[in-house]
Amino acid sequence: MNLKGRARKFGDNISTDHIAPGRYFHLRSNLSKLAEHVLEDADPDFANNVEKGDIIVAGRNFGLGSSREHAPRIIKISGVSCILAKSFARIFYRNSFNISLPLLATDTDKIEEGDELKINLEKGTIEDLTKDIKLKSTPIPQFMLKLIQIGGIEEFVKKYGDLKVI
Amino acid sequence: MGKTISEKIISEHSEKDVKSGDFVISKIDVAMVQDGTGPLSIDELKKLDMEQVFNKDNTILFIDHASPSPKKELSNDHKKLREFAQKTGAYLSEVGEGICHQRLVEDWASPGYIIVGADSHTCTSGAVGAFATGMGSTDIALGFALGKVWLKVPGTYKFILKGELKEGVYAKDIILHIIGKIGADGATYKAMEFDGDGIENLSMSERFTITNMAIEAGAKTGIFPTDEKTKGYLKKRNREDKFREITSDSDANYEKVFEIDLKEIEPTISFPHTVDNTRKISEIDEVKLDQVFIGTCTNGRLEDLRIAASILEGRKKNQGTRLIVVPASKEIYKNALKEGLLETFLEAGAAIQSPGCGPCVGVHQGVLGDGEKVLSTQNRNFKGRMGNPNGFIYLSSPATAAASAIEGKIVDPRNYL
Repeated sequence: MNLKGRARKFGDNISTDHIAPGRYFHLRSNLSKLAEHVLEDADPDFANNVEKGDIIVAGRNFGLGSSREHAPRIIKISGVSCILAKSFARIFYRNSFNISLPLLATDTDKIEEGDELKINLEKGTIEDLTKDIKLKSTPIPQFMLKLIQIGGIEEFVKKYGDLKVI
Repeated sequence: MGKTISEKIISEHSEKDVKSGDFVISKIDVAMVQDGTGPLSIDELKKLDMEQVFNKDNTILFIDHASPSPKKELSNDHKKLREFAQKTGAYLSEVGEGICHQRLVEDWASPGYIIVGADSHTCTSGAVGAFATGMGSTDIALGFALGKVWLKVPGTYKFILKGELKEGVYAKDIILHIIGKIGADGATYKAMEFDGDGIENLSMSERFTITNMAIEAGAKTGIFPTDEKTKGYLKKRNREDKFREITSDSDANYEKVFEIDLKEIEPTISFPHTVDNTRKISEIDEVKLDQVFIGTCTNGRLEDLRIAASILEGRKKNQGTRLIVVPASKEIYKNALKEGLLETFLEAGAAIQSPGCGPCVGVHQGVLGDGEKVLSTQNRNFKGRMGNPNGFIYLSSPATAAASAIEGKIVDPRNYL
């Protein structure tokens, strides 16, 4: 699966409170409305200038904090196609794959805001077309790659009628 | 090769001999959501036409995060939870009953269980020797319907606690100290297993404080072996029959081992805006406080309220500082009332609110103003956590919080012992 998009840079320790702030708790049952505030406490303009296909490029421990699945969901609703980070917090990681938002762990230091990126999920390769550099990422486990290919855990259960490791 | 506690429990639930790194489908014993995550779970189950629960008694919907509801949208979310409970027979924990993690350890969590919850602090229940972990709404929705979840078996970091704490130093200081040492991603994906002679002296309440915050080091769970303290606790909770011995094998594989000398730990504070930004109380400059909050799933238990009340007894909070106290559950509230603790708080000038998450989640009951500083006994201090990205959250033990409320600035609680 190939993805292409523009890099949107963030720092270390972007928490689910940055992504889906608690003061919008009452919008959680209205995800498109909540998505108007996506990442507001890290970049107040992000929701206004995010474009379909954009790729978030962050530092360490992206998505730390609460289990709120609303965080990866509103990132996906906003049009982001993939997140690259040096590392991810684990609940955010599994939530993202469950809803078919791919994440890749890689050294993101060389990528800058606005760079054109090309990604192959199966191979885990990242090309920064602006800088003409290639990056390797930690391979996505087979089960989680399957979740992305099928379209998330719900589609998986619809297809196989159950949870199983394949 | 022997097994860690996590490997043992997951092996039992997946009918497979598992080791860290394996992907498995595991049966679960308890699944829960709260009012911030449950409505999405229910929406997903409706979409899948799977509005059913695997076990009525062990499927729980907690109304604790925005409780009582401060907004009509949240009231409608609560309605959705009530309707689902009525339809499926799942247990509904109503407004005022208390925080999910406290209620779980009161009435559900037992050794050897796998407990999954749509809340990151589900790891709290690990203190009774359960494998307890937080997940998202969809994971728990499927857990509700199918009684199972997918898991990657975590590797384990062992924390050997040695010796005893000095007076005026508490379990909260231990876990803040550990997170300060290893970092907010220091145990990402791992199980944090606590052991050593130092755990023998820790009460169950103190162990809950420690496992509650495992997620703040990125861990999948925090877990204690079971012992006489666990047995005594379960007996008090009328679940003595649920006791079983859970320990890791002597030749279990630990990815890392840390030794923590308890007597070296001082009262510890997390500074804004990350939990691992810790400092010893002796090393901080003056921090004036607008608000002090004592409560939450980390430190809203009876023992915590006793410690805070013993410091506030016969004293008044600082005039320029608001003091908010929220017992973690109805039972704790009742006992605190009986013991006179609530009267002590009231006399000291505190506002006491009904059991629940209180201001920790940033929805209500104590949202910060711009530039305001709060010292809280909660578990995280991210920017915006308490409802205002222009607020500053500091974390401490209940003792430090109580002493600091008196002086209106962060101070060493040992001055008041």
